[in-house]
Amino acid sequence: MLETFDLLKKFDALTAIENLSFKIEKGEMVGLVGPDGAGKTTLMRILSAIMAPTSGTGTVAGFDIVKEAEKLKAKIGYMPQRFGLYEDLTVQENLDFFSEVYQLSKDTKKEKYEEVFRFSQLEPFKNFLAGNLSGGMKQKLALSCVLLHTPEILLLDEPTRGVDPISRRDFWSILFEQQKRGMTIFISTSYMDEAERCQKVAFLDQGRLIAYEPPLQLKQRMKGVLFELVSEKSREARSFLEKDEEVMNVSLFGEKVHFTLKDEKILEGLKVKLLNAGIEILSLNKIEPSLEDIFISLKQAGEED
Amino acid sequence: MRFRRLWAVVFKEFLQISRDTRVLVMAFAVPVGMLILFGYAVTLDINNLPLGVYDQDNSQESRGLVTSLMRSGYFSVESYADSYQGLLSLIEKGKIKIALVIPYDFSKKIKSGEKVEVQTILDGSDANTATIGAGYLTGALQLYSLKITQTEIKPPIDGKIRVWYNEELKSKNYIIPGLIAVIMMIIGTLLTSLVIAREWERGTMEQLIATPIRSSELIFGKLVPYFLIGMIDLLLAVLLGKLIFKIPFRGSFLLMFLVSGIFLIGALGVGMFISILAKSQQLAYQMAMVTTFLPGFILSGFIFPIFSMPAFLRVITHIVPARYYIRILQGIFLKGDGFAVLKLEILLLSLFALIMLGIANLIFKKRLQD
Repeated sequence: MLETFDLLKKFDALTAIENLSFKIEKGEMVGLVGPDGAGKTTLMRILSAIMAPTSGTGTVAGFDIVKEAEKLKAKIGYMPQRFGLYEDLTVQENLDFFSEVYQLSKDTKKEKYEEVFRFSQLEPFKNFLAGNLSGGMKQKLALSCVLLHTPEILLLDEPTRGVDPISRRDFWSILFEQQKRGMTIFISTSYMDEAERCQKVAFLDQGRLIAYEPPLQLKQRMKGVLFELVSEKSREARSFLEKDEEVMNVSLFGEKVHFTLKDEKILEGLKVKLLNAGIEILSLNKIEPSLEDIFISLKQAGEED
Repeated sequence: MRFRRLWAVVFKEFLQISRDTRVLVMAFAVPVGMLILFGYAVTLDINNLPLGVYDQDNSQESRGLVTSLMRSGYFSVESYADSYQGLLSLIEKGKIKIALVIPYDFSKKIKSGEKVEVQTILDGSDANTATIGAGYLTGALQLYSLKITQTEIKPPIDGKIRVWYNEELKSKNYIIPGLIAVIMMIIGTLLTSLVIAREWERGTMEQLIATPIRSSELIFGKLVPYFLIGMIDLLLAVLLGKLIFKIPFRGSFLLMFLVSGIFLIGALGVGMFISILAKSQQLAYQMAMVTTFLPGFILSGFIFPIFSMPAFLRVITHIVPARYYIRILQGIFLKGDGFAVLKLEILLLSLFALIMLGIANLIFKKRLQD
């Protein structure tokens, strides 16, 4: 459904995408994660054929991303990161505009409107200006507009950024329903819980794909044992642990510090060292790594190379 | 080009225009306001020029001269001075623009058939008014001499002047057709310069270029509503000109609408071109002002006659399309010119329209810039 070969994109001196080759099979849901500035938006734009790669090739829905851009656009549903619908048009007028642009027949139009109103629950708001909708409703409307022409693949650029948790859940239930019907979905997100729901996760860092596999498999790749330390002096704990040579991948989440040890046995000695340094331990437990921990460890491993 | 997608864009633009007060004001209120302002206030003719008189003679004849000046309508006697000094101070204070000194022997010399001189002083700080005022005054004095001598002066060469086309030499008769050209330019260029830039600025372009819509459908779809607005403005302007300002219209309405349509397409093309280049509304607006609106005002011959410009400016005026359009409009309005007379100008405007549309179509890319 989607395949790229050695995709490269440079903006002057900056390399946004570096020799990226990957593949998405039909019906898969793939999550794209990575820190801000990793190249997620650039990748989405190149795959939607609205930005040309510097070199490399790729196909989406069977069409070349450079040579067959216009044919490709008829088969994809692309949602840009920034709301791309007309805020001064109503919900219904936006739907009408896009169904005309995609040249839907009268019957298809009717059928599709029923479908998108059913899952988006926007029908009561159809005469509202899009600009007056809440963030979550806007995103549902945007998704509705790119689903009208029954695309083969959805390319969604951080559609749930800044959306409240309930709307996020609604949005994802729509995506799952689409996937059940065979839709291929490539979605970028900054929420790890969302990435974990995908069949595969692609981790992009500084334009390079440093991991691409199912979430469970990724978790097993983590070397060592992950611990979570809770302390009121979490910042001091972090700097202390970072200096210790036996401790890896230290990261701070509020008053929690996550770190990895090669061997569980050295934990007792570490506890003593922490107490001696005046760092009070509220709790210290072995935990299951989240995707976030894995990416931090992958990123740090990448930087050490 | 698919008609359905084109129409979708046209319809969407109409909806957006109808909800954007700023655009509506620019499209309708500004043109009508300009017409009224220019039609009433900005007149290059001179009426009621304030005149001061120092009548040393104070005879029947001298009072007759002043009365005949007033009756001409060009002058209004603001004050009578009783000394030379008093007259000068009136000029200094700016109360009068023109001063007339009638000598004490005015009636005596007239009666004896001698030549008599009256002194006139003009306030030259407003050169244009002074020149025109002097002309009017000379004419009025001659008229009065004629009346009192009851004989016709027979100079060796007598220029019999007849003004054609704008018989009363009213400036609004040529200002209004010129103004129509300026209005068409505002609608065509300023308004459209914002349409593509707005979509980039609001982020809607990214969504739009990811659909299979063609560039030409997008560009033409955005032009159609503004073309219609321009034509409505034209109709409004012609009606206002005819009904309120009583401008003569001697040519063919059909020809005027046809040529205006061609000019408008060119102006729309320029706006579109700017809009595609600029990508931000502010920059687009400034570019439109500098590249079309100002030359249209200054270099088109609308206010300042082209033949009195320095040579290099005259050359530049040849690439200002408004120049040809104003010439055509003045021709149609005042002279009743037909197609045969105006065909060169019409051809140039058509060429211009084609080139601008072509360029706009060529440079618009459904791609994000790096």
